[in-house]
Amino acid sequence: MSRLGLFALQLLVAVVIIALWQLFATVPVFGRVLLPPFFFSNPVDVFTQVIEWFAKGVIWKHLAITLWESILAFVIGSLGGVLVGFWFARKPVVAAVFDPYVKMANALPRVVLAPIFTLWLGLGIWSKVALGVTLVFFIVFFNVYQGVKEVSTVVRDNARMLGMSERQLMRHVYWPSALSWMFSSLHTSVGFAVVGAVVGEYLGSAAGLGYLIQQAEGVFDVAGVFAGMFVLSIFVILIDVGVTLVERRLLVWRPDAASER
Amino acid sequence: MTKVTTAAVALAGTTVAFRLAGGSIYTAVDKADLTVADGEFVAIVGPTGCGKSTLLNIAAGLLKPADGEVRIFDRRLAGLNKDAGYLFQADALFPWKTALDNVAIGLEIAGTPRAEALKRAQAWLEQVGLGAFGNRYPHMLSGGQRKRVGLAQVLIRNPRIILMDEPFGPLDAQTRQIMGNLLLDLWSADRKAVLFVTHDLEEAIALADRVVIMSAGPAARIIGDWRVTLPRPRDIFEVRLSQEFHALHREIWHMLKAEVAKGYAQSSQAAEAV
Repeated sequence: MSRLGLFALQLLVAVVIIALWQLFATVPVFGRVLLPPFFFSNPVDVFTQVIEWFAKGVIWKHLAITLWESILAFVIGSLGGVLVGFWFARKPVVAAVFDPYVKMANALPRVVLAPIFTLWLGLGIWSKVALGVTLVFFIVFFNVYQGVKEVSTVVRDNARMLGMSERQLMRHVYWPSALSWMFSSLHTSVGFAVVGAVVGEYLGSAAGLGYLIQQAEGVFDVAGVFAGMFVLSIFVILIDVGVTLVERRLLVWRPDAASER
Repeated sequence: MTKVTTAAVALAGTTVAFRLAGGSIYTAVDKADLTVADGEFVAIVGPTGCGKSTLLNIAAGLLKPADGEVRIFDRRLAGLNKDAGYLFQADALFPWKTALDNVAIGLEIAGTPRAEALKRAQAWLEQVGLGAFGNRYPHMLSGGQRKRVGLAQVLIRNPRIILMDEPFGPLDAQTRQIMGNLLLDLWSADRKAVLFVTHDLEEAIALADRVVIMSAGPAARIIGDWRVTLPRPRDIFEVRLSQEFHALHREIWHMLKAEVAKGYAQSSQAAEAV
């Protein structure tokens, strides 16, 4: 199928859903409105709200804060994950000792940490960053750990026969392998950084997309909730496109990354 | 030859054993004696699973023998064999480096400035016929091209001994012959000691000065040692047509045939046991 044709069909899906939504929210069927405006609002109101946010410019501040929190959570979580992942992979004893605790910490639903972080770090951005970090860290950690562990023995033997010292092995073999695994999980870890930020905002903050949604919900402004969700999904899609571009650049050497995805 | 040369590789009574998961001990190679003179091209031929690669890993210092001695240029080998370059059977290129960087890396880690390392790597790529492929990553190259890069990666360091483990195994027949000729060309420029493992007797005779036959494993032994007196320089395509080649092939095959049958029986037994 041509790209244009595909795009047309994709667009059609959105048009149909929005049209049905508008229809059932405004036109009574057998004397009843199937989607009562109080619970479902309607597309026109939602888009009016979105346009109003952008027209007045209030949205930019919230977007910037959510973006900043996501970036910080991603950078700090990745850094921690890379360091600990490397350390564990190179020191099997350390990995074995910490194994149950890592599993325990990872099994914990991160939402329950949000109140603690708010208590410790306040209502500002850092409690949200912390929540994002706990999500991002484990994804990066597991991937880096795996990446270092799974360097093929032939490649490692080859490196040693070519005369690499332990440090050179680290730099030329383990490091690139670990990074490739980390990059392959970039979509997930970036996504989780955003999730951490938004959930954190939702649970208690004074700014950000999560805050916007929570505020609208607090006054039963369903159009506001949907508008917030809409802006959030566009935001995530844009970030995802950015990640794909970065990934193409970083993983050119990988067969599956070079072919279309 | 009256001049006494020190052996590049000398294995004396080398035994290799592994401890299996059950705790029993599996002897892969039993008391192997093998010398490779400096500048000599020795091919080891044996049935599948006879421990040919094991012997190569011993000479590389990647494995330690359970018993016996390994001497490299008359010095006892301890740790990795720094005089050796090793061309592995499986793909061993660094997938995250371009062909050029893959070739240059051996020089770079030895302290050659990057610019010079890249220049020499480019020259080597041209020698193996891949001058225009320097910026490709390994997955963008064909199997034969990857082997060429591997060859350049090993040879650029100018090792005194070259170890090769069925390097052309996965390639198709034509590519193997082309690679064989390329190898002979490069080798004859400055003759290094070569230990070349293969299961292909024809390839062994066409390439080597000496063909060593190993018995089927376990506890494989070296059971034959033939000198190949075919004139050099050789062309792999043509050398196979000569009378001498055929005579030698028949003679060696006579011995190898029995071992191949044994090796096959054992591996199918093992498969049934699993």
